[in-house]
Amino acid sequence: MHEMSLAESVLQIIEESAQAQNFQRVRTVVLEIGRLSSVEPDAMRFCFDSVMRDTLADGAELQIIETPGTGRCLSCGTEVEMLEKYGLCPYCDSPHLQITAGNLMRVKDLVVE
Amino acid sequence: MCATCGCNSHDVLIGGKRPVRGIGAISFRKVQTPPDKTKHEHPPADTTTRVIQVERDLLARNDTFAEANRRLLNERGVFALNLVSSPGSGKTTLLVKSIAMLQGKLPLAVIEGDQQTENDAARIRAAGAPAIQINTGRGCHLDAQMTGQAMTQLDLADDSLLLIENVGNLVCPAAFDLGEAHKVVILSVTEGEDKPLKYPDMFRAADLMLLNKCDLLPYLEFDAELAITYAHRINPQLKVMRISAVSGEGMDEWLNWIEAGSRKAIAAK
Ligand SMILES: Nc1nc2c(ncn2[C@@H]2O[C@H](COP(=O)(O)OP(=O)(O)O)[C@@H](O)[C@H]2O)c(=O)[nH]1
Ligand SMILES: [Mg+2]
Ligand SMILES: [Zn+2]
Repeated sequence: MHEMSLAESVLQIIEESAQAQNFQRVRTVVLEIGRLSSVEPDAMRFCFDSVMRDTLADGAELQIIETPGTGRCLSCGTEVEMLEKYGLCPYCDSPHLQITAGNLMRVKDLVVE
Repeated sequence: MCATCGCNSHDVLIGGKRPVRGIGAISFRKVQTPPDKTKHEHPPADTTTRVIQVERDLLARNDTFAEANRRLLNERGVFALNLVSSPGSGKTTLLVKSIAMLQGKLPLAVIEGDQQTENDAARIRAAGAPAIQINTGRGCHLDAQMTGQAMTQLDLADDSLLLIENVGNLVCPAAFDLGEAHKVVILSVTEGEDKPLKYPDMFRAADLMLLNKCDLLPYLEFDAELAITYAHRINPQLKVMRISAVSGEGMDEWLNWIEAGSRKAIAAK
């Protein structure tokens, strides 16, 4: 979903970091994308390349770290691994699962020169 | 999906004018000198690189603007709703009907989001409420910054109701908080019962689902119970009302819900 505007947010974060940290070129961008964040890594790669064109991150390598999804069942209290954002608890079939990790997307590191 | 609809914020118009983009606004600034590709692909051995730990969330910027909107709305006792649906589910028709029925009861204003045209804002003004149109251009959702700018231009009354009609799209608006009290998702009976399963993020993000066009149920195969079951599978807390913006069925329940929310917002100032 909306990978294009997310790629624009990445550019913005890069530009703000460039001012704060004084760098001119970005070699690598490390993105952390939660498995439950509804972002398609492939769509993100595609948008990333087009958004970064003619900017200080033109041609930068995009590394995506996919973080696993976990949740807690509000009915039986079990910690469960979540492969999808919506589903039933594998122990008690309850749909009341609360996501505890894996729904964020963030810029983790930049390799700059 | 924005990857295909080309979602971005280049050609945004608010009230027909290009919005002011403040400090830290989404920028499309190109670097002064285009980077030297040859140099980039074969960096000299003495180039010093370093790693910068950034650790910043991609939606944090929007969330900052959304919180500012929410603070302003709360301070002024304005109850704000973000109406989301597929195109054609009946958002504008519902607004027009609601405006007529709330006349003299609750002051209200409308923010209209569409990719192009002032048509919906014109329909709202004809119904007797102040409205401002945001044209998102290729953008497929409203964001908190453009909403904040539209709020300023609207000159909101204290203790009023703000209705925001988002761009018709069940995907992207789910991720963008505008500072509203609630997202209200509208599903019409001319769509598929399984829309909540196909677009779960939106049905999870919403607090209220309006099942619209119920006047057409006798003529359709649509299974309303099934649609509601699917919606509750995604969001067990989702409140559901069956309405028709044309016949007026269920409108009282919807307007009572609004008036109760507004009273709470005013009391919490
Ligand atoms: N029968 C019926 N038609 C409706 C209802 N609400 C909206 N419509 C029709 O659905 C079409 C799209 O409505 P509109 O309000 O423009 O949808 P929007 O794109 O969500 O703003 C119009 O032709 C409306 O007249 C309803 O409750 N019943
Ligand atoms: Mg409309
Ligand atoms: Zn369980």
